[in-house]
Amino acid sequence: MRVALFVTCLVDQLFPAVGEATVSVLRRLGVDVQFPEGQTCCGQVAFNDGFWPEAARLAQKFIKDFDDSDAVVAPSGSCVAMVREFYPVLLRDESALADRVRALGRRTYELSEFLVDVLHREDVGAHFPHRVTYHASCHGLRGLHVTTQPLRLLAAVRGLELRPLPGVEECCGFGGMFSVKFAALSGSMLDAKIGAIESTGAEVVTATDSSCLMHIAGGLSRRNSPVRAMHLAEILAAQ
Amino acid sequence: MRQDRIDFVHNSERALADPTLHSSVRRAMVRFRELQRPVIGEIEEWQALREYAHRVKLHTLSHLDQYLEQLERQIVAAGGQVHWVRDGAQAGRVIADLARSRDDRTVVKSKSMTSEEIELNQVLEAAGCEVVETDLGEYLLQLAGDRPAHIIAPAVHKSKDAIAKLLAEKLGVPVYDDAERLTRVARDALRRKFLAAGVGITGVNFAVAETGTIVVVENEGNARLTTSLPRVHIALMGIEKVIPRLADLGVFLTLLPRAATGQRMSSYVSLLTGPRRAGERDGPEEFHLVIMDNGRTAIQADPVMRESLACIRCGACLDVCPVFERTVGHAYGSVYSGPIGAVITPLYQGLDVAGELPFASSLCGACGEICPVKIDLPRLLLELRARVVQAGGASWAERLFVRGWVATMARSGRLRLVAPIVRLLHRAVARTGIPLPYPFSRWTQFRELPPPARSSFRERWPFAAVGRRR
Repeated sequence: MRVALFVTCLVDQLFPAVGEATVSVLRRLGVDVQFPEGQTCCGQVAFNDGFWPEAARLAQKFIKDFDDSDAVVAPSGSCVAMVREFYPVLLRDESALADRVRALGRRTYELSEFLVDVLHREDVGAHFPHRVTYHASCHGLRGLHVTTQPLRLLAAVRGLELRPLPGVEECCGFGGMFSVKFAALSGSMLDAKIGAIESTGAEVVTATDSSCLMHIAGGLSRRNSPVRAMHLAEILAAQ
Repeated sequence: MRQDRIDFVHNSERALADPTLHSSVRRAMVRFRELQRPVIGEIEEWQALREYAHRVKLHTLSHLDQYLEQLERQIVAAGGQVHWVRDGAQAGRVIADLARSRDDRTVVKSKSMTSEEIELNQVLEAAGCEVVETDLGEYLLQLAGDRPAHIIAPAVHKSKDAIAKLLAEKLGVPVYDDAERLTRVARDALRRKFLAAGVGITGVNFAVAETGTIVVVENEGNARLTTSLPRVHIALMGIEKVIPRLADLGVFLTLLPRAATGQRMSSYVSLLTGPRRAGERDGPEEFHLVIMDNGRTAIQADPVMRESLACIRCGACLDVCPVFERTVGHAYGSVYSGPIGAVITPLYQGLDVAGELPFASSLCGACGEICPVKIDLPRLLLELRARVVQAGGASWAERLFVRGWVATMARSGRLRLVAPIVRLLHRAVARTGIPLPYPFSRWTQFRELPPPARSSFRERWPFAAVGRRR
């Protein structure tokens, strides 16, 4: 099977190891991973902040970059939700594009969703002997209905002890520009999330989105917490 | 009426500075969520019912003229009177005139967000009436001179101690410390008002066009008393409260209490069709229905925003909102707070007044998921953000940032040029720890910056061995 990796701008520039881990897991399962090199950003940053014409430019570019791909996989529920859920809203006046937009949304997958729902694999051969807690990122959870897939993948990781996170579905407070525009509110939400993470006794907190993890990791290091934030792909890549 | 801009950042920071406020509101919201979950979960067809209710509401909203006129005909046929009013001022005048013409000027009122919206109490008091709120929470707020903080739990921000002191001060009773005793004190005071009142005012949860029936849903029995003891009953509704058929009421009465209070059924559901008829033993001698626009037709005419009028004011979107939980209703600068408030307040009051509200959300989506009439609240917040930016409401720093971002991302070649420069700056900042300018300073106020990567993913691609470098 051939898939195009949409690595996302955040992973590309700040967390390349997450991209490498994603490729590593997919290759291990026999997937032929392509990387369309023209790709950049899905435009969510602009879209969520109300800059729709600007976001539409990036959406059009994304559609062009991935038009030829049979399937697109991204290590981010949030960016996939942007493509699947919000491109049709953003490009609703481009009636000529409507079918292409919807078709692309249908074949663009968040990583855990792709592994479990498309490849039907839960055991990806990972070994990670640590106590781990899982945070359900909002856009994956409520936008894509990614609910049990990450948990099933984690359950099959050898040596891993999963610690349930209280308030697992509560937002970490990131929300893109929300985290700077309403920094105190966002910080209060982050406090609650970190309190919950620390209460589990886990060594590692994981999620399907690097954006949430960047926020959580920033809060953890501010508090000198020993807990590490790792993307789900990094755990699944570990052997 | 010229209104000041609602400064949500300021309001929310003030609310956050009061940790007891947050913890008591959080406790109440968590309690609501715990009650909602099982009674929603037990309805297998919950999603289908939400979808159905949504479609009934949107159908009605696109045929409002037809259903409202049918409602009027049925009300009149049942012996009631209908008053059409354009805005809050006109509604106030109509209701004040009706109340003032009675000998007994005591007015009892059951909980109504629509009356809060138009500040009806002040209008009636100015007209010489004594107005008494009879919902316990609303009564306490009236005594305290405060405004509701939550659509269905108006006094949620008041602690038991504060309530005990308030009742002691206003009613001259001892400072009690158990909730039951405090409730009894309020109840005794309210019963006397009920018996003295000549006019009862209620809101309307649903108005059934087919039968001319108005439906009032409550838990304390105060609306039942308000509609049956005084000689005159005046019901105030926004035009969006009409539903076509009695048969659909069952769907809404399944959705509303479960979403609102986590109850299978509210304690009192009153279906009222006109005034007391010959041979009936109770009910008012006169029934008046005031049907109010107050900005709603403008929303109805807006195809994108129309669905916000489907709201049945259950408050569930507030209960699940992490922002509401931390700011409490007052921060929203309007009687409608939380996610639904962040959508409709800008529509009622204008983007120049309330344009900040749609941005006051992390877009976690919990509101859209719980809404029993399936209003796509996160999308409406996004739509409003786009309107704010289109109207020039974004700061220059934001425009610079987003436009710079998009210009860079528009071509991968540009990204390859710009990214190394940004990375150098990032490394310099990480090494020296120099303070950053806005907006980065707002990030570092609460979290550390992520460490810079040595190289980007695209520079590493294609790689043979993965996971070695970091």
